[in-house]
Amino acid sequence: MPRYAIRLQELTKDFPVGFWRPRPVRALDGVSLEVEPGEVLGFLGPNGAGKTTTLKLLMQLIYPTSGRAEILGRPAGDVEARRRLGYLPEQPYFYDNLTAEELLVYFGRLFGLSAHDARSRAATLLDRVGLGAARRWQLRKYSKGMLQRVGIAQALVNDPEVLFLDEPMSGLDPVGRRDTRELIRALKHEGRTVFFSSHILSDAEALCSRVAILVKGRLVATGRLADLAFEILGWELIVTGTDDGILTVLGLDAVTTVADGRFVINLPVDRPPDQLLPELGRHGLRVVSLTPRHESLEEFFMRLVEHPQETAS
Amino acid sequence: MAVIPQIALQVFRESVRDKVLYNLVLFAVMLIAASYLIGQLTAGQDVKIIKDLGLGATQVFGLFIAVFIGIGLVSKEVERRSIYSLLAKPVRRYELVLGKYAGLVLTLAVNIAVMAVALYAVLGYMAWVETEEFRQSWEAPATDPAMLLAIFLIFAQLMLVTAIALFFSTFLGPILSAMLTFGLIVVGHFNADLRNFENVVDSRAAAYLAKVLYYVLPNLAPFDVKAEVVHAQPVSLGYVALTTGYAVTYIGALLLAAMFIFARRDFK
Repeated sequence: MPRYAIRLQELTKDFPVGFWRPRPVRALDGVSLEVEPGEVLGFLGPNGAGKTTTLKLLMQLIYPTSGRAEILGRPAGDVEARRRLGYLPEQPYFYDNLTAEELLVYFGRLFGLSAHDARSRAATLLDRVGLGAARRWQLRKYSKGMLQRVGIAQALVNDPEVLFLDEPMSGLDPVGRRDTRELIRALKHEGRTVFFSSHILSDAEALCSRVAILVKGRLVATGRLADLAFEILGWELIVTGTDDGILTVLGLDAVTTVADGRFVINLPVDRPPDQLLPELGRHGLRVVSLTPRHESLEEFFMRLVEHPQETAS
Repeated sequence: MAVIPQIALQVFRESVRDKVLYNLVLFAVMLIAASYLIGQLTAGQDVKIIKDLGLGATQVFGLFIAVFIGIGLVSKEVERRSIYSLLAKPVRRYELVLGKYAGLVLTLAVNIAVMAVALYAVLGYMAWVETEEFRQSWEAPATDPAMLLAIFLIFAQLMLVTAIALFFSTFLGPILSAMLTFGLIVVGHFNADLRNFENVVDSRAAAYLAKVLYYVLPNLAPFDVKAEVVHAQPVSLGYVALTTGYAVTYIGALLLAAMFIFARRDFK
């Protein structure tokens, strides 16, 4: 068993940009990172940071300009390593004319499963991602969210030890997001290593043992999310069951009215919700949701550049 | 190598569900059937007309199938990004190229067989309805087995064209690949003119260039033995073997080049 499930060493990738006189533009700049077996790593970064580039290098869909990527102790692209990994590309797309079941059987056969085993594996996986009823539909009839679920199912077809998921939550409705989170948690419990990219902080908060933050092709921080000191900017509280008179009594101003007597209250950072919640209850208000407003990854990065000592790495 | 048959079967499955393919095959079969009516208009020439039109339709529609589906094999897969999940499987890139090619050859073989059956059916019907006396006037019997040689060479030609289409689509987009492949098909049918270019121009450089092009560009004219078969002139098996050998060599070179380019490509 290799020490690391995934290991990047000074991984660098330049893309030529420009038609007449192409110049190299650095998409990924000396990224080194280790992921241990059984770990769930959130690979975070704003759009265009180089997350997909890193994943494509790991899948050897593109070749590095310099540096190395290893999966399970073998160089990226090695066929033996690929037997033991699963990959969900960003906004996956498959063959229009195939059904979900046929696609999974096809991919299963590529891993050397017998026709019978591939079929039963396809059925199990499609049930697991909630597509059991649609498994005989041609993929052209699938919505974006359903394709994402097929994408997850196909990444699991070989019962992989390591999973690479590129923006697994994108294009999903709230139910889909919840299901995907549950699935990633289950995969973690099964002892698999999961490397998933996202530009949404809350996805990582819900799932990751560790995060790595990539900005403009450079790894700016790695560590446990709690240690990374994301600044909380306030909370968004949604309540129901009152009129805005009471809210004024409570001294809450930043209130937006939604339909059906619901209100969105933006709590400033100096008014933490812990004190307010019991008061709301006394006035007969019901809390619909409470969400912290973090600084974004970009803001975190800007702060990191300006005051490096404030954040752990 | 075990994955190649799987990829080939997948190509076959995908292309037999393609509406474009259905339309092309259906149209070709209809044209072959309609050649019977056209044959009726030309007294005494009817069997020749049907053979000529039927073999012509098989070739032309086969070319359309080879180009349109051949191009779609790789470049569509890259453009729509379905290749991302495929290449993350234990599939080497050269296996993908070979599997795709094998799948398309299989698709073409089935289509050619359908068109050949349609052609023989029309000719068989023709022979059945005509009088014995009338049949005697034909240069060759209606269901002449020699037509199979012509059909086989059409198939060899389509295999070559498919390799050209596949080669271009490993590094170009679908539209450019289709244009270049069609360009080479046209050039390939008039290739013999390049050989005799020195008789037409004075410039030695131009003649030399024409000679080089003659040897480098695919030569498709030898695959066309329609006229010989229709007029009951013999086509020797040696000629068929030589032409097939040429196709196999050319296809081998194209596939090697396609695998080489494809293996080094970045899928951005």
